[in-house]
Amino acid sequence: MAEEGSNEDGVVAEIEKKITEAFKVFDHEGNETVDVREIGSIVRSLGCFPTEAELHELLAKVEEEEPTGYVHLEKFLPVMTKVLLDRSYRPIPEDVLLHAFEFYPFYLKALDENKSGYITKEELVKHMTEEGEPFTEEEMEEMLSSALDPETNAVHYRNYISLMVVDETDDLPQ
Amino acid sequence: MECTISTMGCNASAHYSKHKYNETAIKATVLIQRWYRCKRAQLEVRRRYSLTIFQSIEYADEQEQTQLSNFFTFMLEHCVHRGEVARTSTGSDVSPGTDSYVIKYEKIDVPDSYRGPRLSFPLDISHAKTLLNALKDRQLLHARYVLQLLCETRRVLKEKPNITHVSVSYFKEITICGDLHGNLDDLLLVFHKNGLPSENNPYVFNGDFVDRGKNSMEILIILFVFLLIYPNDFHLNRGNHEDYILNMKYGFAKEVLKKYKDHGKTILHHLQDIFSWLPLATIVNNKVLIVHGGISDTTDLDSLNLLERNKLKTLMKTRKLETDKKNQEEHSELTEKERKQVLDILWSDPNKQHGCTPNQRRGGGCYFGPDTTDQLLKRYNLKMLIRSHEFKPDGYDLTHNGKVITIFSASNYYEAGSNRGAYIRMNPDLVPHFIQYQVCACTDKKKNWERVKTIEQSALQNLQERIFVHKRKLMDTFAKCDCKNTGRISISDWAAVMESVLQLKLPWRMLRSRLVKTDPDGKVDYMSCFCYMDTARPMHQVQPTLVETLCKYRRDLQMIFNVLDEDRSGLISPNEFRKMWKIFSSYLGIHSHDEAVDKLAQSIDFNKDGNIDFSEFLEAFHVVHQLENKAA
Repeated sequence: MAEEGSNEDGVVAEIEKKITEAFKVFDHEGNETVDVREIGSIVRSLGCFPTEAELHELLAKVEEEEPTGYVHLEKFLPVMTKVLLDRSYRPIPEDVLLHAFEFYPFYLKALDENKSGYITKEELVKHMTEEGEPFTEEEMEEMLSSALDPETNAVHYRNYISLMVVDETDDLPQ
Repeated sequence: MECTISTMGCNASAHYSKHKYNETAIKATVLIQRWYRCKRAQLEVRRRYSLTIFQSIEYADEQEQTQLSNFFTFMLEHCVHRGEVARTSTGSDVSPGTDSYVIKYEKIDVPDSYRGPRLSFPLDISHAKTLLNALKDRQLLHARYVLQLLCETRRVLKEKPNITHVSVSYFKEITICGDLHGNLDDLLLVFHKNGLPSENNPYVFNGDFVDRGKNSMEILIILFVFLLIYPNDFHLNRGNHEDYILNMKYGFAKEVLKKYKDHGKTILHHLQDIFSWLPLATIVNNKVLIVHGGISDTTDLDSLNLLERNKLKTLMKTRKLETDKKNQEEHSELTEKERKQVLDILWSDPNKQHGCTPNQRRGGGCYFGPDTTDQLLKRYNLKMLIRSHEFKPDGYDLTHNGKVITIFSASNYYEAGSNRGAYIRMNPDLVPHFIQYQVCACTDKKKNWERVKTIEQSALQNLQERIFVHKRKLMDTFAKCDCKNTGRISISDWAAVMESVLQLKLPWRMLRSRLVKTDPDGKVDYMSCFCYMDTARPMHQVQPTLVETLCKYRRDLQMIFNVLDEDRSGLISPNEFRKMWKIFSSYLGIHSHDEAVDKLAQSIDFNKDGNIDFSEFLEAFHVVHQLENKAA
C-alpha cells in the first residue's frame, strides 16, 4: 500500500474519494446522479458554508446544458475538487456568528447598551424572512422549533449557537 | 465581512447613519442564514447516512441468514423428536400417537378472570371493532381464541387460488398496503385515516406482516379477523417473512413464545402451515400485478397459478432428513423450477441496470431491470407492478419509468423518526394515489436535531457492534497495511479495509470521526475503534474467535434454544450445550477444541445444579458500548 500525505496526487485522490462518498449518500438509484436540489446538502456536508448565491454559481457549473433536474458525478467531481483545494466557502467561526446575532438587539435598541443576550421571535422572523437570502416558511419554522424558548418567546442565542456547534462532541473523545 | 460586523457591534454611536445599519444588518442576516442552512444540511446528511447504515446491515444480516437455515431446520426437527419424548412422559394435553401439535382449541379453558376480548364465530364487524379496541389497549387475545381463529383462517385460505383477481370500480376503490413488520400503530393509523375494511373499502396487504416489530401477533389477528368477515374484499399476499425459519431469527417466534407461554409452540406450528396457504399474488382489473418482492425473467404467472403453494413451508433451502419417516408426506415437494417461481416473486428487488441477475444482497431472488419489467408487463398485458419488500424513507418509491411501485407501510422502521410509511388508493383509472403518514408519540416533543442524533447514535451502535464481531479479521487486515507496525495507517487504507472486511458500502470517510481516532497529521489510529465496544462480561481468557462467533450469532442461538427449551426452565445441561455447540460450529465450519468450549461455559458463573442458564450465558455476549458498561 502506497504512502500518502505529502504526495500532491495523493491529496487530490483522497479529496475525490471524499466527494464521491458524499455524493453517493444521495445517489438513491445507484447510477452516479443526484437530484439537483440535493447539491446544497452535499456541498455543505463536505464542510463548506456557501451562501445561496454562491451555491447557484456552483450549480451553473455542474448542471447539464439542458437542465434535467439531475447532476452527474463526472461533472460535479472536478468542480467540487477545486472548491475544496481552494478552500472556498470556509466555515464561520463561532465568535463571528455571535456578533451577528448580537447586532440585532443593538440595532433595534440603539440607546440600550446592554447586550441583552436575546432576540425576540418577531425580530428574528422579520429579518430572516424578509432580508438577505430570505428563509422559506419551512426553514423559518424549523429554526424556531430548535432556537425558540417558548417561555420567553425569544431566542437566547448564546445557548442556541453552542448547541448547534456541538457536532464535534459527537465524535470520539480525542 | 466578519471584521466589519465585530467593529460595528462595538460602536455605540448615536450618529450612526441608517444606511450603514441596513448594510450591516443585511450582512449579519446573510451570515446567519448561511450558517443555518449549512447546519440543517449537515443534519440531513447525518440522517441519510444513518438510514444507509441501518439498511446495509439489515441486508447483510439477511444474507447471512441463508447460511444458517439448514442448521435451524435441523434443530427444529431435532426438537420435535425430543418434544415427543418429553410430552408422553410428562403427560400433557396432547393425545399420544397423533401429530403432537394438533390440539383441540375447545379443550382450552378460558378462565373467568380473563378480561380480554372473547371471539364468537362467525365473526362480524362489531367483533372486529371490539377486538381492535382491546388490542389498541395492548390486551392479549387468549390462546384458545387465537387457535380457533387460526383454524378458521386456514379453512378460508385453502379455498383461495394462488393469484387473486380483484376488480375496482368508482364506488369501490382499493387500498394497498406494504410491509408492516409488527408495527401495530401503523396498521391502526391506516385504518383510522382510510377507514375500516368493508365490502366497499377493500384492502390488499402485500406481505411481511410479522418480524422485527413488537406486535406481529396482534397484526395477524386483526388481518385474519377481517379476512374471515370480508373474504372477497380483503386480500393477503405472502411476503418473504411469512416463513417460519425467518421468524425464528427476526423476532416473531420469540414474540409468540413470550406472549403465549403455554400454547406458543402450537400457535407457531399452525402458522407455519397457514403462511404457506397465503396467496402469492393479486391482480387488479387485469392490469396491476401486486406481489411482495418482484419478478424475474423466468416469472410465469400461469405456472405460479397452478403450483401447490402450501407445499412450500419455507423458501429457505433445507436439508432433507432421510431418517425422518414421520414427515414423509411433507417430502412431496415442489420442483426446483416451481420453488424458484415463488422465490423470485417473494425475494426480488428492482434495479436500474438492465437484465436479470441473482440478488447477491439478499441471497435469494433476483435483481430485475427495466427490460425484465417491460417484458413481463407486455407478456400479460399489464400496466404496472406494485411490490413492497424494500425500505423507503418516504414510504413509497417509483422506478422503471413509473411502472414499478414500491409501497412500504412501516413508519419509524429503524428508529423513531427514521421514515414515513405510505399506502396506495386506487380507482379504475389505475393511477396510484399515495398517502403518507408517520406514527409519533404525542409526548415526544423532540426537536429535529435531537431526533437525528438519536437515529444516528442507534445506527452507529449497530455498526460498532458489527465492527466488534469482525475484530480478528479487521486487525489482521490492518496489520497488512501497517508493515512497520506503527499502529497508524492512511485514511484511504482504513476506509478500504473497513469496506472489504465488513462488506458494507458505507461513506466511511464521513463516519471516520465517529468510529476511530485520527492523528493531527491525518493518520488513523486503527486500533482505537475497538476501545469503545466490549462484551457485557469480560471474556479475555476465552479464545477470541469463539467470543466473536458467539457475539455474532447470539440472537440466533437464543432462538434455537427457545425452541429447544421444552420445559421453559431456561437451563441447558453441559452435555446438551456441548452437543449443540458441535452441530453449530460444524455448520459454520468453525474449529474449536472441546476444552475451549467447556472453559467458555465455565467462565460464566453458574450454580444451578450443574446446569447452564442459557440466557444468562448468551447475555454475556451482548456487545455493549464502553460508556454503557461504566454506567452499569
